[in-house]
Amino acid sequence: MSEKLQVEAIQQGTVIDHIPAGQGIRILKRLHLESAGKRITVGMNLPSKNHGLKDIIKVEGRMFTEDEAHQLALFAPSATINVIDDYEVVNKFTMQLPDTLEGVFSCPNTNCISLNEPVKSFFYISNKTSAESGDSVVKMRCKYCEKSFSKEVVVAS
Amino acid sequence: MTNPLYQKHIVSISDLSREDIELIIKTAARLKQQPEPDLLKGKVIASCFFEASTRTRLSFETAVLRLGGSLVGFDDAGNTSLAKKGETLADSVQVISSYTDAFIMRHPQEGAARLASEFSSVPVINGGDGANQHPTQTLLDLYTIYESQGTLDGLKVALVGDLKYGRTVHSLAQALSKFNCEFYLVAPSALAMPDYIVEDLEEKGVVLHQSDDLEAVIPECDILYMTRVQKERFDQTEYMHVASKFILKASMLANAKSTMKVLHPLPRVDEIEVDVDHTPHAYYFQQAENGVYAREALLALVLKPEFE
Repeated sequence: MSEKLQVEAIQQGTVIDHIPAGQGIRILKRLHLESAGKRITVGMNLPSKNHGLKDIIKVEGRMFTEDEAHQLALFAPSATINVIDDYEVVNKFTMQLPDTLEGVFSCPNTNCISLNEPVKSFFYISNKTSAESGDSVVKMRCKYCEKSFSKEVVVAS
Repeated sequence: MTNPLYQKHIVSISDLSREDIELIIKTAARLKQQPEPDLLKGKVIASCFFEASTRTRLSFETAVLRLGGSLVGFDDAGNTSLAKKGETLADSVQVISSYTDAFIMRHPQEGAARLASEFSSVPVINGGDGANQHPTQTLLDLYTIYESQGTLDGLKVALVGDLKYGRTVHSLAQALSKFNCEFYLVAPSALAMPDYIVEDLEEKGVVLHQSDDLEAVIPECDILYMTRVQKERFDQTEYMHVASKFILKASMLANAKSTMKVLHPLPRVDEIEVDVDHTPHAYYFQQAENGVYAREALLALVLKPEFE
């Protein structure tokens, strides 16, 4: 059975594909997609050539911006974003870490003022290479409490 | 010409450039030498202490009064609308800043001053926000170092005691890294300087020496910045063992440079014995006094456009 038959094609909107299996629902919540009043199709545990299983989200009538696409780079770096118009892919975003991120994740510092005041969370993001392992280390520094956290800690909190 | 700090918020030491710091130090020195009792005449300053801090509050309030300004505010948030009626800090700041010309605040939560700066119509001066920032402490430390050494450049500075939790030493190290200083980090391993600060300093090319031998470091340094090894971080037996290695006694200063000064953010408990007070190296009470001049300088600069 082909993938197109598993999740119906959309006329206009955004398709987030190659989401790691199990992350689809989290992405919906993080990007507040479920409250946008748009028709959304979520496919979970679909077969993927590269990853075994994947999730997919189709949002009809909403074209993602580059900024929104970059937010995804933090928690689903392998995902791809296709913007669709008249059933054709008109834009494909390459994942890039944003310099800043507003209103997506809460600050993990339980004593940070941003958790109980009328402001959106705001992080400055840096990507350094670990001197020990040579791996990429993504750090997120809260604008308010100025504490720095690894991406994994922020995404999991 | 308008000075570069006019109407600026003073939230974090990292917001200040080397030039800003030099301007504040120069202004503090000037106000110490030449008091200006009418400088803030007609200005009303809010002093809002959402948690207790006797020295910082009295120092700020003294600075305002010595410059001829007036004060409104509180030193017990338990009796305010925030505590009694559940008002947000954001709303409190908007209202209080509409009454006043500047907003001095201390708050137990990290990031409170940054948040206040986004809702205040007047300059916010951070008097400490949780474990995060205490920029005026760092500025008075820098002014005191400058006053006692004649420069901030190229000094050898030993930071001693609780380097893990002490925001004072974190901010001081970050600020002095703008002045090519070399650091001796003297701490028990359980209270070592956090990795993220060490990495930040190393990235800036700062020379760091880690040690747990206070006596060996003393002859090397120009400034010996002592902090308290906090008892609650250890069990009683371990504390007795650890703390004894980080207690400064007058006899340990025999080989110190003649110009070396001992600083401490105060209050001290038992990490500096009183016999040190009578040596020419003791400078912590002058340091506390300098808090008033450093805070006078900040208030003057943020409120008087042409004050330089």
